[in-house]
Amino acid sequence: MPLTEPTQGGVALPAETATELAAPTAPALQPGAPAAPRARSEVLYFALRNWKFLLGSGIVLAALLAALVGPWLTDYTPLEFTGPTDQPPSSEYWFGTTSYGQDVYSQFVYGLRAAFLVGALGGGIAWILGVGIGFTAGYRGGWIDDVLNMLTNVVLVIPTLAILIIVAAYLEVQSYTTEAVIIGLTSWPWAARAVRSQTFSLKTREFVEVARLSGRSTRQIIATELAPNMSSYLLMTFILLFGGAILIGASLDFLGLGPTESISLGLMMNNAFLASALLLGSWWWFLPPGLGIIAIVGGLYVMNVGLDEVFNPKLRAT
Amino acid sequence: MLEGGRLMLSLDGVSKVYRVGTFGGKRLRAVHGVTFGVGAGEVVSLIGESGSGKSTIGRMVLGLSRATEGTITFDGQDVSRLEKRRLRAYYGDVQGVFQDPFSSYNPIFKADRVLTLVKGFFPGIGSREWDEKVEAALHAVRLEPGTCLGKYPHQLSGGQLQRLLVARALLLDIKLLVADEIISMLDASTRIDVLNLLGDLKARGLGVLFITHDLSLGNYISDRTVILRRGEIVEAGATAKVFGNPLHPYTRMLVSSVPQLHTKWEPGAPKAAAAAPAEPEAGSRLVEVEPEHLVAAGALEGERP
Amino acid sequence: MSLRVDELTVYYRSLRGDVKAVDGATFAIGDGEIMGLAGESGCGKSSLGKSLIRMDARMKHVGGRVELDGRELPIADDAKMNAFRFREVSIVPQYSMSALTPTRKVGTVARELLESRDVAFDEVQPELVRRLELVGLSAEVLDRYPIELSGGMKQRTVMVLSTLLDPSLLIADEITSALDVSSQRAVGELLVEFRDRGFVKSMIVITHDLAILYQIADTILVMYAGKLAEKAPAETIVGAPRHPYTRLLISSLPEVGVRFEETRLAGIPGKPPSLLSPPTGCRFRDRCPLAFAKCEEEPPFVELEPGHEVACWKAAA
Repeated sequence: MPLTEPTQGGVALPAETATELAAPTAPALQPGAPAAPRARSEVLYFALRNWKFLLGSGIVLAALLAALVGPWLTDYTPLEFTGPTDQPPSSEYWFGTTSYGQDVYSQFVYGLRAAFLVGALGGGIAWILGVGIGFTAGYRGGWIDDVLNMLTNVVLVIPTLAILIIVAAYLEVQSYTTEAVIIGLTSWPWAARAVRSQTFSLKTREFVEVARLSGRSTRQIIATELAPNMSSYLLMTFILLFGGAILIGASLDFLGLGPTESISLGLMMNNAFLASALLLGSWWWFLPPGLGIIAIVGGLYVMNVGLDEVFNPKLRAT
Repeated sequence: MLEGGRLMLSLDGVSKVYRVGTFGGKRLRAVHGVTFGVGAGEVVSLIGESGSGKSTIGRMVLGLSRATEGTITFDGQDVSRLEKRRLRAYYGDVQGVFQDPFSSYNPIFKADRVLTLVKGFFPGIGSREWDEKVEAALHAVRLEPGTCLGKYPHQLSGGQLQRLLVARALLLDIKLLVADEIISMLDASTRIDVLNLLGDLKARGLGVLFITHDLSLGNYISDRTVILRRGEIVEAGATAKVFGNPLHPYTRMLVSSVPQLHTKWEPGAPKAAAAAPAEPEAGSRLVEVEPEHLVAAGALEGERP
Repeated sequence: MSLRVDELTVYYRSLRGDVKAVDGATFAIGDGEIMGLAGESGCGKSSLGKSLIRMDARMKHVGGRVELDGRELPIADDAKMNAFRFREVSIVPQYSMSALTPTRKVGTVARELLESRDVAFDEVQPELVRRLELVGLSAEVLDRYPIELSGGMKQRTVMVLSTLLDPSLLIADEITSALDVSSQRAVGELLVEFRDRGFVKSMIVITHDLAILYQIADTILVMYAGKLAEKAPAETIVGAPRHPYTRLLISSLPEVGVRFEETRLAGIPGKPPSLLSPPTGCRFRDRCPLAFAKCEEEPPFVELEPGHEVACWKAAA
């Protein structure tokens, strides 16, 4: 006797039953209540009450502020040999000096600037590439999807850091812009993957068909129907790419493969390491950059976790 | 059934074959050699269970999916392989409404956005003229502009959302509506209103391809019925004849399995497995057993002496 | 067995307040009775069913008591209900087809289920196999993964598993809604067969489809907006309903044989009230063609004839 019978199933319930069963915690509004303000202010409402989001974004904003304003507060430039060497923090040199007599504080705040630059540019490029490829592969499907998928998998599997090291070693990267571009071009695959799978699931929703029946082109549908629906997802992906780019950039700089003629947090740590700051006890040299990187990247990730809870009601603690 | 009267929409030997499996090695035949038509001012029900291919046929008629074989003709023109501008023009005559009202609307936009989406079909239209058109369409589906404009989809009921989609189709002044299970997800008390609406539109000359799994609904509203099983037509004809005198064992099984009010199931009625042979008869011809009543030839062979 | 429900009130917590899903439900089911619980979406029928077995963590038991076979069911206490679930009260959930863990063989799922209830799998296995064969499946099913079975087969497997320990009360939650017409009949008849063979003493069949309830249920209880509207034998509900809502509902259902050109059926205009802050008085008042002044006071659910209870001032008059 055959074990399988003709496949069955597929008759749906009245929609309201499904909603009743699935989420009775979100009942329909009274007719007439405004909904657009509700939707946006609901996000804001939850965001401002989520401690993870507040903590994370607080840290990042503080660092950004320091990066923007910090350099104005000092007269010293990061690389000038301005004072006595290996000085602990004092009223003259707020973060002390390096073994070469450079002001650690100004190195730190200029380093923060470099970090944000790499994060924004590198993360931004990776985001544009990843989202673009992800949407195209997810929506078009077929052979386009197969080709893009193969490309994504190849770039994903390549050990990024190894490639970056090789490229950086040969290319003599001398500006953070170049470094950011290289990072952006190699860290997009996982974002593409994520966006692709989200697009797949959204593509089957009937409002996409309705848009097609209204004569909308593929590009219009992606931009005006799908992307706005995934806005929370896209935002969170950008935040993660931002943080990731900073981390990769710091790693490269620490290995001495980043630009050496300016200053960044990773480079500071590299210099400190090479000058045996740990042995010398010059904690003020390597602690600020290290903590700075941890704070920014950690803050971004914590902010993201908080945002996930804000956007996804099921994760909320209440 | 296919002769007499001008057929607005006509399908001829339409098949849809999907390539599945790794590298597309296997073939899945979703629709096989389907031939039928819809005339102006007529409701044709496409009845089948899941896997019968009825939705696939609807999508092919709507140009959302391309037929592998056969031709689809609308108003005398071949519309089986339309693209871009011609497809867009086709959408001015043919529109569709789908099963899940809450999925048919983009949840982050207001519901009436589905109406503005078709504004592009009226280039250069003035805003007052547009508002008048919208109001007329809403009244035709018995929706009060005040209750549904400016609201988000979750603020409206399933019935209102479906009617709004019909209003969208009417804005374009279409000739044919493909209604794919449009009331299955609505409550019983609202279903009948949407159904009655289709009946009224039919009286105004609109042709409707009514896709459903529910025989009672099909019987209520349609002039002609097509019964589909596994992608093939097994019986078709005037609704009264197909339901009044079902000849194919599958149709008989469906009719006897429908739970009815006031009549209990007949004990010992044909079961599903018995009515379906293991493999569908490939490309079985339709034989006219009486005027306006066709049955797949394979089923009749067993009955011929 | 007998089930007595007294003023059962169950709310759902939500950010905007409590959703009053079931408000003061009082009814009884006799031994061997299949009661259909019908109503449209949002009426509270699923909530009522689930509250009897307490399987939804979001539910808050606000009041009322439930007595099964003379013993009170601790439906307010999740831990205490554990002793009753599956043994005395069992449920065939909605979407049963997805109820089997996809990464385990069916037999393993069954074993774990039984052992969690301190029942030795090996003792029950012969009976399990016998019942599987009764519903048209073979013992091989236990060695399969759910993905290898069709939807109808999974449905029947879940039904057998849920009733394996011969519960007194079975709650079948929309089990036919996702099925094709041909399987609906098979599953419906299977439910009746389970009762006839004594696998289950009584049943509550929750669905929005009145027609299938007419086929398989002895009595039907109609709910509206969290309140009970009418309860009567199936023949009476369909043939001679007294509550205006039931009447309008029945008359809005098209049957094979009724055609648009001959008989234009009518629906019920309007929408059910929000359960966050339901109106006082009869909840159907706004949509009822027979509403009059007294309807501002909530009508009690009273027995008008033996076995026929209605909550309506007009019907009681």
